[in-house]
Amino acid sequence: MASSTGPSRRQTWRTRLYRWDSKGSPYAFVAPFFLVFAAFGLFPLLYTGWLSLHQVSLYNVRSSRWIGLRNYTDLFTGPPSRFFWNALRNTITLGALSTVPQLLIALGLAHLLNYRLRGRAFLRTALLAPYATSVAAATLVFALIFSPEGGMANWLLGLAGFGPVDWEAGRWTSQFAIALIVTWRWTGYNALIYLAAMQAVPGELYEAAAIDGANRWRQFWHVTVPALRPTILFTVVVSTIGATQLFGEPFLFGGQSGHQGGAANQYETLGVLMYDQGFRNSMLGRASAIAWTMFALLLLLGLVNTLIARQLRRAR
Amino acid sequence: MDRTAHLPRAAGVNRAGRPSRTAGVNRAGRPSRAAGVNRAGRQHHAGPLTYLVLILVALVSLFPLYWTLVAASTDAHRVVSSPPPLVPGGNLFKNLGYVWRNAGGRGMGVALLNSTLVAGSVTLGTTGFSLLAGFAFAKLRFAGRGVLMGLVVATLAVPAQLSVVPLFILMRRLGLGNHLGALVLPTLVTAFGVFFMRQYLVQALPTELLEAARTDGANSLRVVWHVVLPIARPALAVLGMLTFVQSWNDFLWPIIAMNGATNPTVQVALAGLGTGWSTDWSVIMAGALIGTLPLLLVFLIFGKHIVGGITQGAVKG
Repeated sequence: MASSTGPSRRQTWRTRLYRWDSKGSPYAFVAPFFLVFAAFGLFPLLYTGWLSLHQVSLYNVRSSRWIGLRNYTDLFTGPPSRFFWNALRNTITLGALSTVPQLLIALGLAHLLNYRLRGRAFLRTALLAPYATSVAAATLVFALIFSPEGGMANWLLGLAGFGPVDWEAGRWTSQFAIALIVTWRWTGYNALIYLAAMQAVPGELYEAAAIDGANRWRQFWHVTVPALRPTILFTVVVSTIGATQLFGEPFLFGGQSGHQGGAANQYETLGVLMYDQGFRNSMLGRASAIAWTMFALLLLLGLVNTLIARQLRRAR
Repeated sequence: MDRTAHLPRAAGVNRAGRPSRTAGVNRAGRPSRAAGVNRAGRQHHAGPLTYLVLILVALVSLFPLYWTLVAASTDAHRVVSSPPPLVPGGNLFKNLGYVWRNAGGRGMGVALLNSTLVAGSVTLGTTGFSLLAGFAFAKLRFAGRGVLMGLVVATLAVPAQLSVVPLFILMRRLGLGNHLGALVLPTLVTAFGVFFMRQYLVQALPTELLEAARTDGANSLRVVWHVVLPIARPALAVLGMLTFVQSWNDFLWPIIAMNGATNPTVQVALAGLGTGWSTDWSVIMAGALIGTLPLLLVFLIFGKHIVGGITQGAVKG
């Protein structure tokens, strides 16, 4: 526009400013994310690794002592190894107990919600309501429901003719109860994710399947599920990551008696163990080693997921 | 909302970029079903069994919330008696009053205020920074864009749990031990937010509109304020609500950062009720009720949008 009249000094200045603005502003816009992430995400992650090679006290964080891989060898074979392997095992069993039923139920629910329904909005909101509750509130309510004295769960068992169960004391009973809290909070959330993906499946696929004589069950199995594969993989990854980090539910389930994940650590997860070692026993170095072990576990799970996904794609 | 009224309906948050879904919803009830062709599963009317199962699941979803209310209105003996109470008793306000004054050292009112401050600041920061970064990634050309976006996606996979020990040390050194700022700073940006805004703006923001504004001589900030922000408003609302819920319910980091704080957030105060000396479950449940109600109300009012946000963000994630 300005070129026909010849650039005056003011215009070149403005042009320069304009060019500077359009060149620089993208970086200015993305900078906050990267700066904050570098300071409070990346740096701490690396620093955790560094700390895991030190002996650091919670009360005197400035004086740390280099001890090499001692925290790790202690964890895997030393005195705390009993707790570590126990917590690892609990993390895996609790993760499986909460993730598998949660995703299967969510898939079934999404299928049902995909029918033409009255009261659809109400049903969706009701299913998602647990998502709005916090770990703390949900865990406290379920701790009361599974309370050995006068708890709702034992009352129902009594009605069905069974004797009371000390839910918190047993390894499997307590893990079942905790898995139920996780399942309660997240099933509706996953169901809605599946529902959205289901509604994007082209109707023609069902049409073709119907013409080929597939009944509803076979349509679900041979049309819906394959079309949902990427979404299912996404939810598997997200819930696996969530399960690996399980903390609030086992931390609060036992109340004051269950700080270490139960009197016999029967539901202590790696997350609880990390908190316990770092912030109760004041061994921040060891807690960091647990954190990095969890990181390794997550990377391993990610690798397994990728391999499974590739296998699925090939099978298709 | 008024400013976005000129946008086509399909650009609405629930539907942006997902035309097939809109089509699916609209298609329901079209004559093809009457023609007897068994088309999509969604076009079947739900049978009584489907209703039965869904209503049962809805009851299971809602019952613990209802029961929190029931338990919060009983007393220490009644709440753990058998058979358990199934309808609210008369002690609700007594219990609420007790936790309101005593929970977390300074009462639930202070905790609610703290949680609101923290979640509000985090929401403001996350939406603002996500808007800027999302816009840049969606519509601006700059060297290294692809690499940087790849980095954002990669950071999605870094769990917060791995960083709590150094963050604790860092916050102590910054003089933010037991300070609410320690809860805000680390979560001020999220990779999910950037990703979410980018996905939305790629679809919803017409490039011609940007070019027109630039031709008129608007600088980048003016473009963001007058063009991008109004168009992004629905997505910002969804991202804001998701962020608020997440920040409000965050547990691990607050319980570490606010270790022994006399000025806790709601979740820290609740954890104190659960692990403290008090075993009066009716009081604990009153605390849980206070901690849950604000979000539940937000949820009931904006539930539809949250549902849309979850599905949109997740499927694209």
